[in-house]
Amino acid sequence: MTDDLAVSVRGLTKIFSGKTVVDAVDMEVPKGAIYGFLGPNGSGKTTTIRMMCGLLTPDGGEGRTLGHDIRKEARAIKENVGYMTQKFSLYGDLTIRENLDFMARMYRMKNRKQVVDETLRDLGLEGRGDQLAGTLSGGWKQRLALAACMQHKPRLLLLDEPTAGVDPKARRDFWDEIRRLSKQGVTVLVSTHYMDEAVQCDYIAYIAYGKKLIDGPARDIPHKVGLTTWRVDGPDLIPLEDALRADPRVQQVARFGAQLHVSSTDAKALDDVIAEWKKKNGTHHWVKKEAELEEAFIYLMANSDDNFGQTGKRAS
Amino acid sequence: MNIFSLARFGAVLAKEFIQMRRDRLTFGMMIGIPIVQLLLFGFAINTDPHNLPTLVEMADDGPVVRAVLTGMETSDYFDFQGIVYGPEEGDRALREGSANFVVVIPPDFERDVVRGLSPEVLVSADGSDPIAVGTAVGALSGIVETAIKQTLNGPLASYAGSPPPFSVVVHRQFNPESLSSVNTVPGLLAVILSMTMTLITAVAIVRETERGTMETLLATPVNALEVMLGKILPYVFVGYIQTGVFLIAAEILFDVPFLGSGWAFFAGFNIYIVVNLALGFLISTLVRTQMQAMQLSFFTILPTILLSGFMFPFAGMPGWAQAIGTAIPATHYLRIVRKVMLKGAEMADIAGDLRAIAVIGAVIVLISLLRYRQTLD
Ligand SMILES: Nc1ncnc2c1ncn2[C@@H]1O[C@H](COP(=O)(O)OP(=O)(O)O)[C@@H](O)[C@H]1O
Ligand SMILES: [Mg+2]
Repeated sequence: MTDDLAVSVRGLTKIFSGKTVVDAVDMEVPKGAIYGFLGPNGSGKTTTIRMMCGLLTPDGGEGRTLGHDIRKEARAIKENVGYMTQKFSLYGDLTIRENLDFMARMYRMKNRKQVVDETLRDLGLEGRGDQLAGTLSGGWKQRLALAACMQHKPRLLLLDEPTAGVDPKARRDFWDEIRRLSKQGVTVLVSTHYMDEAVQCDYIAYIAYGKKLIDGPARDIPHKVGLTTWRVDGPDLIPLEDALRADPRVQQVARFGAQLHVSSTDAKALDDVIAEWKKKNGTHHWVKKEAELEEAFIYLMANSDDNFGQTGKRAS
Repeated sequence: MNIFSLARFGAVLAKEFIQMRRDRLTFGMMIGIPIVQLLLFGFAINTDPHNLPTLVEMADDGPVVRAVLTGMETSDYFDFQGIVYGPEEGDRALREGSANFVVVIPPDFERDVVRGLSPEVLVSADGSDPIAVGTAVGALSGIVETAIKQTLNGPLASYAGSPPPFSVVVHRQFNPESLSSVNTVPGLLAVILSMTMTLITAVAIVRETERGTMETLLATPVNALEVMLGKILPYVFVGYIQTGVFLIAAEILFDVPFLGSGWAFFAGFNIYIVVNLALGFLISTLVRTQMQAMQLSFFTILPTILLSGFMFPFAGMPGWAQAIGTAIPATHYLRIVRKVMLKGAEMADIAGDLRAIAVIGAVIVLISLLRYRQTLD
């Protein structure tokens, strides 16, 4: 069964100076999938990924990455995984070519010169191989980092917020590249907190404050979250939005262009609210719709913020 | 797969060389520090100890006394600034530093000279400033002898050619043993190498942690030994350059001799450099920031300067200090350098010292390999 899983961890736990940063996380990444790892800042994504590739020793739990034990076989994992760190961590004082060459040597690749030339060409950086990596723009740095951890043709890519702080065009290019790799059979685990990236994933796990809240195939997520959503358009949306937000039976109001998406996990209560508004004001156009990943995502984000607020209050 | 990979070691080595070459400031410092240190210390060593303030306590007066004092004054080493009455006054002047010497002419000096009783002229020297007073003290007996010979005529002519009719006793206060300048310069090599080698390695490694590149490095299959050797070796060459610069400067500026075997010197300094680089590696496993690495490196410099025999004679230190000193690589290297450069030692003469450094080095390497984390924990 684990044969078709690139990553499979159970009860993964990490404690930093008394604080449980990753709390009993189970995760299964099927081979060949693009797996989105979502969660707000500080939720434990980086720590989880580091444990998966043997860079951190778990304080609890166990798991296998590409069939190798994450505690005992870190080296075998490292040989076959490409890990792109959250912060750009190639050598800024080496040139692009020197960085790529260094990485190729770390994996003892044959025909290094040819491999590096190829990578440079794929990147579209043939002419700029002698430029210092530190002088590249944010988007180019990300692409270089991705290319560098891809060179040894790993079977699994762990990408930690690869597009943070990168402009939209560069992000689109980046995702084109990820999909291309995925088509070649590479498994990609990518952490992000961009919603538009989450919708491109085959699978999703959502983590908040070290706890995994939900995971599964992307199309099942809205259902798992259990949201009912109504879409409304028409005039004077702003007062409507304010009024809906004030209604305790409405859990979430999100604006999408000239529409509002009104959601709740309590379908019955929400239907009542909508029925009242239809009676009160006939100018709005209401349609019940299938909840989508966007709404689910916003819901999860808002919820984890709530958790934080409560723990904050309790603590003080 | 866990075995040592030449390819990866080579990659770390090449990378380190490139980074070193591009880091102009550090590179400049590595070459500049030995020169600056040598000049600073050399300046102190070379300070012409002329016109040192001197006081006289005169309990007697006469032709011999005057001849001695005139001789001292014309030598240019001593500058008589006045007369003191009683030993307390002389002691106070030495303690305050207002005088470097107090010359004491005992009562009935002239009479005792004539009677052939060979009285003593006491010269109290401020031993806490040994470099300053050393040369003057060394010149003292010659000066006095010459002065006497010129004066010994008339009734005292019979003494000419025989041993001086009185003796000069030099009493160093505060620091009974003294450094000699030739001793200081070779010792300086031990201190400079220790300081720069340790610091540079520690900083070069911690910089990777600070900049985040350590994470990328650790995510590759590279192992501790490959990283350690790859990071250390480039700085061995820096050590070569520093030593070369140092030896040339020592020869040109201070005429420090090199009497012993070049091979013995070469063996000693290679092993000494490696030990210090390993120490830097060890420090890097103990700290998180470059600032901490610098502080800890400087912290190790203190015992190196104070307890290695560089500053104070090793044999004169209390037992506990000698025990600590024995564990310091510089202590043994210092002996090697002094033996080879000044006493003409061959390989066999320094074997014991080499062994001692090797043992210390093995311990340091072992601890740092054990402490080196393959993870970010
Ligand atoms: N090395 C560490 N030592 C102590 N705390 C850490 C360390 N690394 C991360 N943390 C803490 O663990 C929590 C989770 O961090 P991280 O895994 O980086 O989250 P994310 O990647 O989701 O932003 C944060 O509160 C962070 O401060
Ligand atoms: Mg992170």
